[in-house]
Amino acid sequence: MNVPDDLLYTESHEWIKREGDNIRVGITDHAQAELTDIVYVELPKKDRQVNAKEAIAVVESVKAASDIYAPVKGTVVDANQELSSNPALINTDPFGKGWLFVLKIDNADDLKNLKEAAAYKKQIG
Amino acid sequence: MSDAGQKKTPLYDEHVRRGAKIIPFGGWMMPVQYTSIVEEHQAVRKNIGMFDISHMGQLIASGPAAAGWLNEMLTNNIDKLEVGQGQYTFLLNDAGGIIDDLIAYRIGNQRFLLVVNASRAEEDFDWLDRHRANDVLLGDRSAHFGGVAIQGPRVTELFVDLPARNHIVDVELEGMAVSIARTGYTGEDGVEVFFGASDAAKFWNAVLAHGEKFGIKPCGLGARDTLRLEMCYPLNGSDLSPERNPIEAGLGFFVDLAKPKFTGRDVLLKAKETGTPQKLAAFRMDGKGPPPRPHYPVFNNGNRIGEVTSGTLSPSLNYGIGMAYIDAHFSRIATKIEIEIRGQKFPAIIEKKPLYKKDKIPLPPETAAATTPS
Repeated sequence: MNVPDDLLYTESHEWIKREGDNIRVGITDHAQAELTDIVYVELPKKDRQVNAKEAIAVVESVKAASDIYAPVKGTVVDANQELSSNPALINTDPFGKGWLFVLKIDNADDLKNLKEAAAYKKQIG
Repeated sequence: MSDAGQKKTPLYDEHVRRGAKIIPFGGWMMPVQYTSIVEEHQAVRKNIGMFDISHMGQLIASGPAAAGWLNEMLTNNIDKLEVGQGQYTFLLNDAGGIIDDLIAYRIGNQRFLLVVNASRAEEDFDWLDRHRANDVLLGDRSAHFGGVAIQGPRVTELFVDLPARNHIVDVELEGMAVSIARTGYTGEDGVEVFFGASDAAKFWNAVLAHGEKFGIKPCGLGARDTLRLEMCYPLNGSDLSPERNPIEAGLGFFVDLAKPKFTGRDVLLKAKETGTPQKLAAFRMDGKGPPPRPHYPVFNNGNRIGEVTSGTLSPSLNYGIGMAYIDAHFSRIATKIEIEIRGQKFPAIIEKKPLYKKDKIPLPPETAAATTPS
């Protein structure tokens, strides 16, 4: 399972990429493989203020709907609208074209609570 | 998920070995998918898929009084079965509510095999045993037997000399004594095969080897659920429950009200005559939106009229489909309804059952009805 070293991770299988004051968020390769066949995505609206661990998006596979959580406190500045017509991008390119949303983070120190790749690798065994 | 105390079928090791994702279901550790629900679903619609159904209960009722007794316990008419024939039927409580849906096979003149849902097997046995008549023997062979469903249009290429639809035969295959039934729950042609638990892995692997050239895939419960829902076949615990009777579930075809006596008959007779407040209706989502799921509320013009019992994105049709108990006067085909999903209402339309209609030569009426509850 692919776990890029340059990303941060959450217990709930989101990946986080630092982009200056912003973070880009998606779900991991492990998560998309567990869900498989993603058929619908519900994204947060721009400018929404979110708290860490708040459910702000939904990814639906054939079988079930799964909540996606904000990794840290911040404001939504972008969401991947391409997913509404092509949700399977999360399956085919979870770390690339399958990104979910971008948050402007309130406090960069919050990122310290997230997992490094090694810790996430250990979590998913 | 709690795995403690969950039972394993004799095919469990094969599922793990082949990389299936395992979940607890009805007290059993079962494969939900091998590769992808959509891929497995399409394998069954186009080629062949094989499912482990060893978790299902297998009860045997026998004795001189068995037929007469089962006719009082079950809704369909067991006297219509010749030896080697099966029928879909219901076990009801005294209020006409559904304890279980099952297939009853007449495997001898005075001997019947009842294949029941895994999660209800113990309850079924207890109920039947408590109501058992004299001169009837009731046994539970579930622990010693396994079973698979092999489903899809190319099953007729994989097997020669299959029994007629809804019939069951005992044969020997590669040294294994098996019972092959021309039944299934996917809407495709296919068989369900029962065998001794010790032969399970050998049989499973032999079928996968022989089926390779026909595109066979091992399949999990995920695809089993999408396939049955496209056909509007009910799932006990979701679409059926002790609070619902077969008439409101739209399954009156499998109830013989002409029988003089069976459990729940009075309630069903009344339900048939006066109608039921709610009916189990099939629907499809109209336009883009999330797939429907069990327990989502159903609305019409702002009024709540029911609740979804089964829902998914249909892999064959590529839109959301489901079934819901809704107030009877909204259950007419083409009625517009709304499904509330995470606080937002999405349009849907009541559809005719089945939701998925395969282009195929129509079956003779009797067999068509028996494989297509509606």
